[in-house]
Amino acid sequence: MSEARDLSIGVDVGGTNTDAVVIDGAGTVIARTKQPTTTDVTGGIRAGVAAVLDAIGADRDRVSRVMLGTTHATNAIVSRRGLGRVAMVRLGAPAATELPPVTDWPGDLRSSVLAGSTMLGGGHMVDGTPISPLDRDGVLRFIDSLDGAFDAVAVCGIFSPSFPEQELEVASLVQDHIGLGTPISLSQDIGAIGLVERENATIINAALYGVARDVTLALETVVAEQGLDAVTFFAQNDGTLMTLDFAARYPVLTIGSGPANSIRGAAYLSGVDNAIVIDVGGTTSDLGVLVGGFPRESTLPREIGGVRTNFRMPDILSLGIGGGTIVDPATGSVGPLSVGYRIADEALLFGGSTPTLTDAAALAGTAIGGRSMPAVPAATRTALQAALEKSHRDLEDAVERLSLGRADLPLVVVGGGGFLVPDSLVGASAVIRPSDGDVANAVGAAMSLASGRADQLGDFEEREAAIEAASKAAIEKAIQAGADPLHVAVVDVLETSVSYTARPTVKVSVKAAGPLTRLSADQPVTAHSTTQ
Amino acid sequence: MAQQAPPISSPAPTRVTSVTVDDVPALAAGAAIFGTGGGGAVYTAERGVATAITQHGPVPLLAVDDLGPDDAVIVMSGIGAPTVGIEMLPSTHQVQALLDEAERVAGRRITALMAAEIGGSNGVGPVGWAARLGVAILDADGMGRAFPEATMIAMNVAGVPCEFAIMSDVVGNLAVLKTIDLSWLERHARAITVASGGLCLGAHYLLTAETAKGAVIEGTVSTAIRVGHALLSSSEPVAGVANELGASVLINGKVIDVARHTDGGFVRGSVTIAGTGSDRDRLQRIELQNENLVVIEDGEVIVSVPDLVTIVDGETGHAISTEMLRFGQRVAVLAWACDPLWRTERGLELAGPKAFGYDLPYVPFGGEAVAR
Repeated sequence: MSEARDLSIGVDVGGTNTDAVVIDGAGTVIARTKQPTTTDVTGGIRAGVAAVLDAIGADRDRVSRVMLGTTHATNAIVSRRGLGRVAMVRLGAPAATELPPVTDWPGDLRSSVLAGSTMLGGGHMVDGTPISPLDRDGVLRFIDSLDGAFDAVAVCGIFSPSFPEQELEVASLVQDHIGLGTPISLSQDIGAIGLVERENATIINAALYGVARDVTLALETVVAEQGLDAVTFFAQNDGTLMTLDFAARYPVLTIGSGPANSIRGAAYLSGVDNAIVIDVGGTTSDLGVLVGGFPRESTLPREIGGVRTNFRMPDILSLGIGGGTIVDPATGSVGPLSVGYRIADEALLFGGSTPTLTDAAALAGTAIGGRSMPAVPAATRTALQAALEKSHRDLEDAVERLSLGRADLPLVVVGGGGFLVPDSLVGASAVIRPSDGDVANAVGAAMSLASGRADQLGDFEEREAAIEAASKAAIEKAIQAGADPLHVAVVDVLETSVSYTARPTVKVSVKAAGPLTRLSADQPVTAHSTTQ
Repeated sequence: MAQQAPPISSPAPTRVTSVTVDDVPALAAGAAIFGTGGGGAVYTAERGVATAITQHGPVPLLAVDDLGPDDAVIVMSGIGAPTVGIEMLPSTHQVQALLDEAERVAGRRITALMAAEIGGSNGVGPVGWAARLGVAILDADGMGRAFPEATMIAMNVAGVPCEFAIMSDVVGNLAVLKTIDLSWLERHARAITVASGGLCLGAHYLLTAETAKGAVIEGTVSTAIRVGHALLSSSEPVAGVANELGASVLINGKVIDVARHTDGGFVRGSVTIAGTGSDRDRLQRIELQNENLVVIEDGEVIVSVPDLVTIVDGETGHAISTEMLRFGQRVAVLAWACDPLWRTERGLELAGPKAFGYDLPYVPFGGEAVAR
């Protein structure tokens, strides 16, 4: 038996399929599978992991890591299922009383998530001046008023990302009062400046603790059932990994990990660091931008389940172009409906009666599954040709929109419907189709780095000190997330000026990332727990 | 306040007479267009206004000609840094304190609010404050756009004196200022804003039927709502907005460079846009100073302040503020003529290119400004 413990299993739980891959120390995909996703999550993960372990046989002992990417948290919010009840404490009254917590939430989400909310004295101004004294009694009175009818607590203080101590004090007040069993979500750990958006993300994070427990438990269960001696990680929005323990505390950070994983996986499989990535599925094409090996993040506030948040998400452009997208045989108009997973029954190519973009590609000469296109009426033929041209134009447009004004970026094509992308496209320097591109998500999960981001407001004169402080905090967060302390580095620095302050002030936001700590059997990664 | 339904038998009025909760998204989108890149993000103001109208009912919208002898209008606005404005939001008490103090100093009841600037968050917030205070909103503003300084206001162009100003912060401090002119008001207000943590609400310029006429920019609240409705309901939002404004689309293209720095409390810099589609091979540079001020192509000035320049998302038509401009964005640039008041000698002295430090003659955009 080999002594090397160099294998990683990557698992991606998608809406339709659960994909799993095994990758060796040299980064080669040595086993892969696609299994149907199950409603209990565990079933799909169990089947996927079992299939790839079967494929590698005795080499299973070389597996030292299991990485999971999932849209489970996103689905919980969108479907309002399995969410916890949250007690929300905002610090900073009388400021911000004009807009109480959850004011703009959809009613059904508010009623399923909010146990109660309060606006109490506390918080800081931009220069650190307290807005009002911290209302410690108010915190305890509010908690008592809910009579235990909540699953988690969310705390959001005005300017807490710059002045974090007060939220920490409230967390320990609450824990002293009701014990350590109730999880507490602090806004300073969740988002940047922007009270409403950060507060929303903090509440959502608190509501997702139960869901996160289910998924982390599912992964731990499968790993234990298989008797794997492996450390487990979760993929997050920015295409980096966090430890299971971290994912359990910051489940909101897994929202958006699906597209991030496919971008990272595409990067890895194609060997490029800067590119446009397109993941063509059955129903949609998701395009993202790879910058220096990471997905480009959106700077615009993102809505999730109808709630505005500002946590970091990959900048994704979705088009209604997929292998199963239905073509109108009369007009040649494209989608947005898709036959989805029923493509193997319904598309013309497979003997069905619904013209799809897959049929259009087959008609144009693309070899798909060794099948040949049945005879179709001339009108349908014309419609399919028009539809393929239209979708090529739409793809070109989308590539141009994302290309940062450059024409020298390659386009990396992954996903099962990749044949819809032509071999040359205006706006792309080359079209790259990596092998194993149809399991890029799972590969992305297995190959990701660990990272952390931190924000800091500072005097402009001392901006270097502010960057240094933020860098230190970001590096610490990356190490907590599993990065190797010897190889973690700052990968991104954003600066924003703040006016109307006594002295010129700058806001810096720093991201650090690094490869995961190298493992040996007797030296497991210990996840540091952040004291809250 | 009871909801005022129009009588069913009479034909629908062509003029908007109240701002309802359904108008708020349109008002916000329209105000952002009038922000010409500045004026602060409209989102939190939009939510505040929607909440206030839901609680207190629609806000009567008064035309300047509707003002009677007992009416008195005060201008209200938020003052501060957008970055602070998205984090330290106003308190519910702040506007009531402002109104009470303004009535005390003025010695009379105040019946309506007016926005200092229709552009950006200050074009949106006053509607919600009016709902909370139970007063009307005047269908007018002091700029017809957004400007960075207190001196750049229509009443100052028209020579109407500002007798007093009141500022209130989030914790309850009130300051009454009686400055000798608006330059001094700008200086003192800035200092108080800094002392207040970077954000204050202010009330100034008590106006009546006599003083308002000819000294404010009329019809701008209803115009912003109309522009916003065009933006939100059109299948071609950029064309819809341009049409409603009578604006020209200067270029369709992509942002290829954004250069920004902070200087004396202002964000200064420029953005370069490369044309796409039928505008391929064209380049435009827009000079910024909180707002978009000057558009240059092939070394020629095409538009300059006080005419209006707004960069919008090429697809959605939504305005993109200067701090949200990013490399690679698909945009369209809209330009349209300012109010004739700004084209007077005094108007150009206060807010023409030279007032922003550009050594350029002002060339009116689109010929003569169209009278309303």
